[in-house]
Amino acid sequence: MSTDQPAKPAPRSTPETQPFWDGTAAGELRVQRCRACSRHYFYPRPICPHCGAADVEWVTTTGRATLYSYVINHRPAPGFAGDGPYAIAVVELEEGVRMMTNIVNTEITPENLRLDMPLRVVFEPRGDVRVPLFEPVPEPAGGNAR
Amino acid sequence: MSADIVIVGAAETDEVGRLPNHSVFQLHLESARNALADAGLTKDDIDGVATVGTPGPVQVAHALGVTPAWLDGTSVGGTSFLFHVRHAVAAIRAGMCHTVLITHGESGRSRIGAARPPFGPDSIIGQFEMPYGIMGPATMFTLTALRYMKETGLTHEQLASVAVAQRRWSSRTPRAAMRDLVTVEDVLASRLVAYPFHLLECCLVTDGGGALIVTSRERAEALGTRRPPVYVLGSGESAESPIISQMEDFTTSRSFRLSSQAAFAEAKITHDDVDHLMIYDAFAHVPIYGLEDMGFVGRGEAGAFIEEGHTSPGGRLPMNTNGGGLSYTHTGMYGMFAMQESIRQLRGEAAAQVPGVELGVVLGNGGMFMSAATLVLANRRP
Repeated sequence: MSTDQPAKPAPRSTPETQPFWDGTAAGELRVQRCRACSRHYFYPRPICPHCGAADVEWVTTTGRATLYSYVINHRPAPGFAGDGPYAIAVVELEEGVRMMTNIVNTEITPENLRLDMPLRVVFEPRGDVRVPLFEPVPEPAGGNAR
Repeated sequence: MSADIVIVGAAETDEVGRLPNHSVFQLHLESARNALADAGLTKDDIDGVATVGTPGPVQVAHALGVTPAWLDGTSVGGTSFLFHVRHAVAAIRAGMCHTVLITHGESGRSRIGAARPPFGPDSIIGQFEMPYGIMGPATMFTLTALRYMKETGLTHEQLASVAVAQRRWSSRTPRAAMRDLVTVEDVLASRLVAYPFHLLECCLVTDGGGALIVTSRERAEALGTRRPPVYVLGSGESAESPIISQMEDFTTSRSFRLSSQAAFAEAKITHDDVDHLMIYDAFAHVPIYGLEDMGFVGRGEAGAFIEEGHTSPGGRLPMNTNGGGLSYTHTGMYGMFAMQESIRQLRGEAAAQVPGVELGVVLGNGGMFMSAATLVLANRRP
């Protein structure tokens, strides 16, 4: 038996999700958009949840998002023990869909993680795939986010 | 005119808490036996069986020696047993069966004979939530709270006051796991599990079970059941997202709203008719959502309502009077225990009995705001 730290969980694609994971491997965050009603949706599935149409396409998002909600987890999941308390978050993409992720490249404190703060996607290798994580967008010097 | 449907048997396992010598299956059978004894019925009086996926209604029926004419294996999280009551009402009215046994047993703490979560890395949650280090409901169910707090102004102290209020009830309940009174300061000083949730704002993890027997009033009278009947006046069910990140609005549960609206409409009641309330409380924010989504208070008002003591002993809306999942017991699928306490209150036999309870409402949650069912129960005919 190996005594190494377990790896973080790696997703395994299914046929309907393969384009999403092909996208992250290529450094793109892709979601589906319905050609009939023009709305985006996530998680991947073959039928638009808004209007029921099956005429849907994959599009590449801007990768820009805002912080919708989060928790700071103090009981690490397997593979996360070395991270210290980490943020499990839900972000809202510019395209209007939401997804779970981790917030990275910033100090994980309530003071530092303000809801609705701007974020951008980064990708982390995980097994054979890359998973989308989000980091704060640096605010312009002297700027005011509000 | 629909037939009146009544709950004639209701019981929990002999003990709840830490039961390392009981398998899940044994907990089902013990609760079934206790509910039959409570009703004064035998297994030969039962022709319908409902329970969740593991061990499932076939195994429960077979073990008890029941030959079922009707089965329900609806398994949509901890509220499933409320769904079973609703489905049993419809089945009995439709003549599909006449007397239904609903069982729950779960070895949530000791994990004896327990099923493992079936989610692989290619499931939806395995692909789109597990990679981010989720660690059970404490990291998923809780995710909505900061959004709710930002949009409504709910304070950390008000969130903590949910746990404080429920300890006031459990302190009067000998079977409750946690009976010491606590203050808001105690709650906020308990260790962080997943910010903004502290340990005392998270449910217990226990072993136990419970069972119900549902039949028509007519048949109950013919059989001569022992206990005062509890009438099912109305019910509702709904569901939303299978994974928390896809919940439509993190500040309100659609299935809480829809299931309660349906139940209140069928029962033809208003909020003023409700003497006693049970809201599934896996985490401290869930009763806050429940109070608002069911319409007992306006949006953003539930935190202050609980903080001011209106759901505590002596308050105008006694809620979670066994101490709830936070302080009484929480096997993992708590819905059965919420119904058991509602029935005890309606029979006048609860440990922390509220005077004069004639009508109670139970809101059950499944998964993480995934599904919900509401029951309106009463100790008098509609």
